[in-house]
Amino acid sequence: MQASLSLPALSPAVPRPSYVVQSALPLPPSKPINLRFCGLRREALGFSPLGRSDSHRVRLSAPSRSATISASSSSGNGSPPKSFDYDLLIIGAGVGGHGAALHAVEKGLKTAIVEGDVVGGTCVNRGCVPSKALLAVSGRIRELQNEHHLKALGLQVSAAGYDRQGVADHANNLATKIRNSLTNSMNSLGVDILTGVGTILGPQKVQIGSSDKVVTAKDIIIATGSVPFVPKGIEVDGKTVITSDHALKLEFVPEWIAIVGSGYIGLEFSDVYTALGSEVTFIEALDQLMPGFDPEIGKLAQRVLINPRKIDYQTGVFASKITPAKDGKPVTIELIDAKTKEPKDTLEVDAALIATGRAPFTQGLGLENIDVATQRGFIPVDERMRVIDANGKLVPHLFCIGDANGKMMLAHAASAQGISVVEQVTGRDHVLNHLSIPAACFTHPEISMVGLTEPQAREKAEKEGFEVSIAKTSFKANTKALAENEGEGLAKLIYRPDNGEILGVHIFGLHAADLIHEASNAIALGTRIQDIKFAVHAHPTLSEVLDELFKSAKVAHVPSPVSEPVAV
Amino acid sequence: MAHLLNTSFIPTSQPLRRNPTSSAPALISGRRGRAQVQAKIREIFMPALSSTMTEGKIVSWVKSEGDKLSKGESVVVVESDKADMDVETFYDGYLASIMVEEGGVAAVGSAIALLAETEDEIAEAKAKASSSSAAPAAPAPAVAAPEPQPAKIADNVGPAVVPKAAATVASTHPASEGGKRIVASPYAKKLAKDLKVDLGSVVGSGPLGRIVAKDVEAFAAQPTVAVAAEPSVGKSAAAVAAEAGIELGSVVPFTTMQGAVSRNMLESLSVPTFRVGYTITTDALDALYKKIKSKGVTMTALLAKATALALVKHPVVNSGCRDGKSFTYNSSINIAVAVAIDGGLITPVLQDADKVDIYTLSRKWKELVDKARAKQLQPHEYNTGTFTVSNLGMFGVDRFDAILPPGTGAIMAVGSSQPTVVATKDGRIGRKNQMQVNVTADHRIIYGADLASFLQTLAKIIEDPKDLTF
Repeated sequence: MQASLSLPALSPAVPRPSYVVQSALPLPPSKPINLRFCGLRREALGFSPLGRSDSHRVRLSAPSRSATISASSSSGNGSPPKSFDYDLLIIGAGVGGHGAALHAVEKGLKTAIVEGDVVGGTCVNRGCVPSKALLAVSGRIRELQNEHHLKALGLQVSAAGYDRQGVADHANNLATKIRNSLTNSMNSLGVDILTGVGTILGPQKVQIGSSDKVVTAKDIIIATGSVPFVPKGIEVDGKTVITSDHALKLEFVPEWIAIVGSGYIGLEFSDVYTALGSEVTFIEALDQLMPGFDPEIGKLAQRVLINPRKIDYQTGVFASKITPAKDGKPVTIELIDAKTKEPKDTLEVDAALIATGRAPFTQGLGLENIDVATQRGFIPVDERMRVIDANGKLVPHLFCIGDANGKMMLAHAASAQGISVVEQVTGRDHVLNHLSIPAACFTHPEISMVGLTEPQAREKAEKEGFEVSIAKTSFKANTKALAENEGEGLAKLIYRPDNGEILGVHIFGLHAADLIHEASNAIALGTRIQDIKFAVHAHPTLSEVLDELFKSAKVAHVPSPVSEPVAV
Repeated sequence: MAHLLNTSFIPTSQPLRRNPTSSAPALISGRRGRAQVQAKIREIFMPALSSTMTEGKIVSWVKSEGDKLSKGESVVVVESDKADMDVETFYDGYLASIMVEEGGVAAVGSAIALLAETEDEIAEAKAKASSSSAAPAAPAPAVAAPEPQPAKIADNVGPAVVPKAAATVASTHPASEGGKRIVASPYAKKLAKDLKVDLGSVVGSGPLGRIVAKDVEAFAAQPTVAVAAEPSVGKSAAAVAAEAGIELGSVVPFTTMQGAVSRNMLESLSVPTFRVGYTITTDALDALYKKIKSKGVTMTALLAKATALALVKHPVVNSGCRDGKSFTYNSSINIAVAVAIDGGLITPVLQDADKVDIYTLSRKWKELVDKARAKQLQPHEYNTGTFTVSNLGMFGVDRFDAILPPGTGAIMAVGSSQPTVVATKDGRIGRKNQMQVNVTADHRIIYGADLASFLQTLAKIIEDPKDLTF
């Protein structure tokens, strides 16, 4: 499959004159291909088997190369016949926009990025990044306070404590650091950072801020991301009723905090707050906690992450009204039954964290100017991230990536979508396989997953008429995990026994978030179990959990044309 | 380990892991041993999932109590030393009672749940489960199941705690709508469940009167019941809690401890017991007590010490009959003293009471009582008694009769010491403090003469207590 796919990509095609400069690059860029030809290839293409885009991105940080490129992009040679200010304009400098910008520069596009707030977006400033700082602290303090665990390792630690401000500073410093390096990387590559809110005035035309500065670009990517979603009836005051935006500043550690929503965000914050000494009450509208996870993983996670901790929960209830603490009164949460809508209970707590998900941030984009209607705020796109207007037609030269399109609300998914779009506008058709995008929840221990959950896989199997098998391995049988005294954990493989296709992998255990990539790469590259099981893993490592997982899968013997080793 | 098992590249089936869809059959058998009433209630045992497995942890119950099971269905997921496995049932029926909760550990072969054949038998099975001792390694920190050796219940105390009763709420939380709602933090709720504390009777000290963890801990540790040696302590609290906790007209199932008491009491019926009483003059003992009370010596310790010294001379009274065929002469004299606690009772044990001096013994006793209240007694601290003393004297009881705890030879019921008019040997009439003791013993090993001479020795020691202090 690899071989057949690489051929069209490498086959000579007519380079556009505007890219002549690029031929000087050590690595040949993907060749622009006639769009109709792309259409024909559409069915055949999955994820790019070459993974070249990634290697380019890495190299770009080398100063020598970036100089070459910025020279090329700022030279004006890149202007197509019809004169645009930029080849590519990205609205939103979050992780998605940043990923797209870097790749665009690599492809020789003259690129600008519009940011109305701060570079880095949610992930860097109010999301993944600062939360990892808090979780790093919570993980350590949890370890230091776990006498049983320490004793088993022969360690003695006297009372471990923490300084709230110090912890908060760590999170803030990390965000600043990452934000700066993000900004610098774009500056040094010659990406123009335009400050102000971007509003689309018409096709290929964007107004920056309230000024009359209007820029044109051949292609536009909307990457405006999302904001915390606050259901109605909930009054957020930023002090006692907060969203993740406020929580990450860690301005206070409440004795008792209710977390509304038990998805990734809620779970991670429960890990942080309980480690810092808070007691937590989960409020979940669905009938079970952690609804997004594979049920088996969810169950195990509940056994390890919820039940032994100072956490209780109410499921099947909505928080219909939350009033912040005022005049000596606590935060009041009114709960109603999720199904019957009847009042169920009232909670009085010290703080409430709203972690009910995120809402797309698409207001003020001027979508009405190009006749695009959002759906619950999300911008409708096709599988190539091309924006669809109110009449169901594609809007030419307009793309939307990341949280704003709602396909998969993860920073790295946004980045991958952005890269995919750049591939398309530079002439190489590309459809991102979302099932190959891993996700992780950084609790202690971590949870990670890629592909389908077991119920999803079974449903698909039913529809398409194939068998599904499950293989599981325990961290208990892993030397490294036992050495760390962290044997609690499970890896689960969902696969097709007839052809060895990996449908999903779910891991709960030590460093699960780092372990998932072997599986996600296998899915992305289409590697089958019967092939990957021969790959060698260093001993003793946690990766052997996956090694064992693949080896334990039972795939019917299929004559595989590609599994024969090839001498190179 | 995995590495070692996979030295070749051949995808062998792993000996460690089984196909997750296959299930290990649960070991289910009819109830063995003991006076058996119902045959249709079956125990589900912890299966041996591997040759090296000695105990298993309950990962999760696939079914809940009351669920109908059909043969071959998965009931429970068990985690062995190597893997998690589904365990299935061999019989149709109803999952009547779960005896080891999720997260709990049970030895291979011990019962983890009861299976009832019909729905009607569920309640019966439940009763059985609560009286069973099959949850020795359950995670609850409470003293719970493992064979407390009950002597005689101090009935006037009654069950202090009924989980669902919320008749009176002491929480003063402003938004608790006049006590209709209980505001307690998540951890406080968890603790209350573990310690079997009714949150309704806990006073909250947290923000705005919220019940927090330390309130529950304090409540659980507070003396709700009069204890042998300290009759006055906590008596009123006990009465209040007891009355507040009982919902009249309701049927309240036994707690694990009460279940264990019930089972042991029934079991005692299979032992042929008899009783011998004795009246002992305590003037000298009272005088001694008065003298050394300031050094922390308690009456309980004095009585235990005296009993132990008497037992040294009568080893048969300190023996037990395990199988109906032999004497088991115990190497040490461990005096168990019955203590009423939280609607049940427990028998903290003063080990080697004959050898330990009275001051140490008193300190030890205090420590045991504190631990018992906090439900932190270790099994060896309440189930190693060789002779039991039960004292109801502080309630003014002048004589009573105790039931013999299984496995021991004798139990002594101690009444109150009261001023009595007595005729002395020299023909005069005098006033002496006297108490009545009544020993119940297993007649298979201890005969009338044994008890009589033991009591005579005991009386001598108590009437001339100089040996008690060495």
